[in-house]
Formats: sequence, structure tokens, C-alpha cells
Amino acid sequence: MRLSGAEIVIESLIQEGVTSIFGYPGAAITDIYDTLDKSPIRHYLVRHEQGAVHMADGYARTSGKVGVCLVTSGPGATNTVTGIASAYMDSIPIVVFTGQVPTPLIGNDAFQEVDIVGITRPCTKHNYLVKAVEDLAGIIKEAFYLARSGRPGPILIDLPKDILHNKTEFKYPKKIEMRNYRPTYSAHPKQIEKATAQILKAKRPVIYAGGGVITSHSSSELKTLAESLTIPVTTTLMGLGAFPGRHPLWLGMLGMHGTYWANMSVAHCDLLIAVGARFDDRVTGKVDLFAPEARIIHIDIDPTSIRKNVSVDIPIVGDCKDALTKLNQLVQKPGKQEWRKIRQPWLEQIKEWKETHPLNYEQGKDEIKPQYVVEKIYELTKGKAIIATEVGQNQMWAAQYYHFDQPNSFITSGGLGVMGYGFPAAIGAQVACPDRIVFDIAGDGSIQMNIQEMATVVANQLPVKIAILNNGYLGMVRQFQELFYEKRYAQTFLKGNPDFVKIAEAYGATGLRAKHPEEVGPVIEKALSIKGPVIIDFVVSPEECVSPMVPSGKAMTEMLLV
Amino acid sequence: MENNQDQKHTISALVDNEPGVLSRVTGLFSGRGFNIESLCVAETMDPLVSRITLVTRGNDQIIEQITKQLNKLINVIKVIDFTNTEFVEREMALIKVRAEAQTRAEILRIVDIFRCKVVDVSPQFYTIEVTGNEGKIKAILDLLGPLGIKEIARTGAIAMARSKKEGSLKREKSVILQETFGGGKK
Repeated sequence: MRLSGAEIVIESLIQEGVTSIFGYPGAAITDIYDTLDKSPIRHYLVRHEQGAVHMADGYARTSGKVGVCLVTSGPGATNTVTGIASAYMDSIPIVVFTGQVPTPLIGNDAFQEVDIVGITRPCTKHNYLVKAVEDLAGIIKEAFYLARSGRPGPILIDLPKDILHNKTEFKYPKKIEMRNYRPTYSAHPKQIEKATAQILKAKRPVIYAGGGVITSHSSSELKTLAESLTIPVTTTLMGLGAFPGRHPLWLGMLGMHGTYWANMSVAHCDLLIAVGARFDDRVTGKVDLFAPEARIIHIDIDPTSIRKNVSVDIPIVGDCKDALTKLNQLVQKPGKQEWRKIRQPWLEQIKEWKETHPLNYEQGKDEIKPQYVVEKIYELTKGKAIIATEVGQNQMWAAQYYHFDQPNSFITSGGLGVMGYGFPAAIGAQVACPDRIVFDIAGDGSIQMNIQEMATVVANQLPVKIAILNNGYLGMVRQFQELFYEKRYAQTFLKGNPDFVKIAEAYGATGLRAKHPEEVGPVIEKALSIKGPVIIDFVVSPEECVSPMVPSGKAMTEMLLV
Repeated sequence: MENNQDQKHTISALVDNEPGVLSRVTGLFSGRGFNIESLCVAETMDPLVSRITLVTRGNDQIIEQITKQLNKLINVIKVIDFTNTEFVEREMALIKVRAEAQTRAEILRIVDIFRCKVVDVSPQFYTIEVTGNEGKIKAILDLLGPLGIKEIARTGAIAMARSKKEGSLKREKSVILQETFGGGKK
């Protein structure tokens, strides 16, 4: 069958099982749109290309499929860069198609031309400029395979306009052969044996799990390991949901805004079992003082993650699921009851830390505390919602007070920290999971970075709920200024904030507002009862801080407990 | 043994011979603050494959990151760090040196001793072609320097492993590496 490049793109997407894509048309890519509209694939028209990438990202995180995004050349392409970089940092499988000027014009500074392959080289897992229509199907096949295999990540395919016109015989390749790319899935038995010996010997072990556990669907294996040996578990921001948030062995998140007892446990453990985590600086603080007494086992599918930031005693390269399954087979003796007894002193110590400095805030009579809003959302959604966040205080409060107990429920831009991520990511999640409640917990600063996507939710009647924790500030930076810059709030007061209720109404959605603590519950219930998209403007206390906090560059034990 | 001292490493990478690959490699270095001291790229026997030879400097941890990061690039087929192995390393230099009547004989003597060639002659200058390892090139530059060097052009190092010998320590090392970091790539 002879097809044009544009038809090949659509046919290949169908072959890959793609049902929904997010995008924005433009001159260079019109051929694909012409074909797309006749295809069974559902296209979500965004209002800014950055939104499209975050939607594809949120879709990928909640559907377990590869997210797809389609934009035009030049500015269309450059607008995707933030979203691509975020997906790269968080290892999210997406494929981004960008339009490009016709091949003979490449390099001529043509209208809406940009070297997007050059620009995104350091923030994609791999990228392609398609130079002949004959290569197109093979490249798409490879791109989807690369995006989801090994350590997942974003792939970009740049499509010159003439390639989309040209025709060739279409046959979607069945198999992929890449001599350069063979991820290690199977953990080496010798390393597993060494790790087992250490685990059975440890007196004060802690499991430190990251997003890799969620990516590899190994949260049940993680739970088995923790329960059978009575090992307490902490996770990174990206790992939230990998371990049940109400489990007796749960320590809460670690790191800069982690719980006191999680950080103290890591600081005093004699064995740290890192699973699918990468020792990010927000987790380790001052690296030399991170888990100083511990031997470290590090399981990761990406060899470059190992010994990048900290030196590791037992590296295990492989899929977390494979490694955890193998560990679980070896560590069954001497039995759960025994272990519970052996761990008693360690658990007592952790309990003491937890009781001296629990997570807390005081909800008074007048002002709404942002933490209270998150707890109420948790309560009223019974912990079953998908929570997307923006970046800053809203993100940390969501992480601390929504006790995630399922993987793929917490969607946040962990590595890059993109303000404006949460709302479009929530839209992607809602598309992937139409039957689930999806909340974007936002700040009044962040939400304005992609608020134009209100049009997307309204046009598609996606019932995303946006909870704005409106404190009138860029709260996290204001907190920095309060603590480290003698309260000089330079440019963090958001003068000129709009009326978010009216914004919702202007787009044809519902806007609600809560100003007093007693309104919080009812307003959330009302939002949940509405079928369409809702913005809830929570007017919260303006100078509330995220606590605890480890100042940058300090050891994890040097927490400020506000 | 961990080595925290910076050490020179000659690393060779077999890569897909296609546009943009060199930029991926050099971008990896610049993006992570690693330095490249010299770089050499050319096609191999297989026209689809190029060999990049580069010389860099770093402690064990940095070099481990560099080789792992290189391996992670989709277009990289194989990475070899020649350091602490038996290997042959050569680079070539063209040296334009002032050749006055009274120094010509001296220059030709040096050329003879170093077994290099004069490839261009003009009334005032000789251009000398020399190949060797870094030490040899430095030695000839030291000798010619006082005579007046006008210009030099150097290729940067290329390298190749010596043929394998039985029962060497290297094999043990590679088995350990395979256990810890897995047989595959990326």
C-alpha cells in the first residue's frame, strides 16, 4: 500500500495502539492534521504547546501507555521544550512529533524553522530528524520502543513538510533490532546474593524507593520485601504511592520537605536499600552526611544512576521488579514473626522520632490552612483520586498530606519542577482515566502558567477539579525569603491576581470559593458533585510555611521544624 | 582501589556514522562539565560505523560516569577505556619550523633521530610531519622550539588495543564489571 508520510504517521500510531493525542496545528504539520481528522484517533486541541506535552506526560503516567503529542515547526516545537525536559528528568515515556520546514529549506533560516533536534538533544532520550519517507515507519517503531523500554523517556521526531507529502510503500515493521540498545532487565544473581547477605545482617535497615518502583510496576514486590523482613519504607516525591501511605512501616517522604522521622531513620540506618531512586540533591542534602552509617544497596535499570552522586556498596543494575522478586525469593527465612521481634528496638526508635516531631499544623477558626484543604480533599475523595500538582508549596503539602496508597496516583514534575505542569498533566490523566476523580492541587502562581487550558477542559467536558491554594504569593520563594532573606519579599507578592471564580465562569466552567475553614468541606463536596470542570479558589493563610525543611546544602538531620 | 586523583584517559567509542552523533557525544561532555583534551573521528571498516577517540581527564568516579553516559547514548555501539590496558596510541603533528642556513642541518638531524619527514620546504621554513605518542611529540617540540616554531597542527590521539594475551588481569576486571553493571547497555 502506497501512503504519504502523513498517512504513515497516523497508520503507525494506530499500529502502536495510540487512541488519544494532544496537539496544536500549524502550517508545517497540516498534512498530518488533515489525515488525523479522518482517523479513529482522538485529538485534544490544546491552547499552548507546553500544555500538550504535559498532557501527554500525565496521560503516560496514568495509562501506562506512551503519551503522544503533535505540534508544528518553529515556535510550536520550542514551546514543547519545557515539557520534554520535565518528562526526561522524571523518565516518562512520551513521543513528540514536531513539524519542520521542507528538507531543501533546512538550514536556510526559513519561516518557522528551528533546529529542534539540536535544541532537544540534551533533554530527550533520543531524537530523530526524518530525512526520507522510507525511514519514517521504522523510526516511529523505534521511537515508541525506546520511549517505553529500559529507563523510559521522551523521544522527539522532527518531520519535514516534504516528507509528509512524499509517498512510499507502507509496511509497519513487526520487530525491532537495535544493536546499540539492550537495556539490562535481569539483575545479576551474584549481586542479589551479596545484597541478601547484607539485608539479613542489617539491624537498622531502611528502604528508600523512587519513581522506578512505579515505572516498573513493582510496588507489590516492594511491599512483600518490607513486610517479610519488617523494614520501614520511605520514598522520594516521585515514589509516592509505591508504598501504602497508611502502612505501619511507612515513614513518609524523605528529603528537603520529608518527615523528620524519615530523615532521621535514613541518617541512622545501617543499611539503605535504594530501589529505583537516584539520590537527587533534594533527597540527600549534604551528600557526605547522607546515610553516613549505612552500607548502600542500589537497584536501578540505568547504570549511570549508580555511583553518580553517592558511592554504593552493592550496585544492582536491572529492572526493579526483577531484582525485588529475586530478593524476595532469597530472604524468606527466618519468618515474619522473628523479624518483627528483631526489629523491635529500631521501630521503637523510629516511633520516638515520629512522636517528638510529627507532621502538624494548626487549623484555627479564621484562616484556612492549606494543609487542611489537602487533608479534606483526601478525606472526601477517600484517598482514591489522582492528584496532580503544580510546583512549590502546593506540591509539598499535597505530598505530605494526601496519603497516597496506590501507584500512579500522584502526578508531579519532580525533577525539573515545572510550574504550570499540574493542570495540563491532570487533563492528560483525566483522558486516560475518565472514571477517576482527578484533582490539580495548585498555587495561585502556578495555575496562571497554563490557565489557558481551561478552554481544553471545557471544550472536551473533562471533569478536572482545580484546587487553588491561593495565598497571594509565590509561596515557596516567599518562604525562602522569610527564612533566609530577612523577610525581604522581593517580587513574590502576586499583585494583580485575577478573580479565579470569574476566570472559570468566563471559560464556561464552574468557579467556587472558600474563605473560611468551615466552607472547605462543603465546597469540595459541591465540586465533586459537578460533572464538568471546576476551579475552587481556597483563600488560605498567606504566610504559611512548608515544614519541616532542610535548608539547601545542609545535612538531612539539620531540619528546621517551624 | 578508588583513585581520586585526576588521570588521563584515552577512550574510544564506536558510533553510528550519521549526522548529529558527534554533537551528542560532545554535548554530553559539555553538559556535564567534563573536558575533552583531544578528539579524533573517522569512519571504520564498516561505513556505517565511525570511531571516536577522545582523551579526557578525571578521577575514577568521573571516568566511570563518562563511560556509562557514553554507553547510554543510543548511537554509541561500544566504549573502550584504554587506560590500564595494553594499547597503542598515536597522534600526528605538522610542525612549521624556521629553517635558516645555520639551522637547517640541525633540523634535519632531529628529523632523522625522530624518524619523521620533511613534507614541505620553502626558503625560510621546513614543515615536518611527525607521528608518535604524546611523549614523542612533546619531545620533538621541545627540541625544535628554540629554533623557532611558526605553527603547529596536531590530530589528537587515536588508539587501539594490543592483541589479547592469555590469563591477563583485564578479564577478571571485565567479569566484575559485568556482574555489577550488567551485560547490556543503557
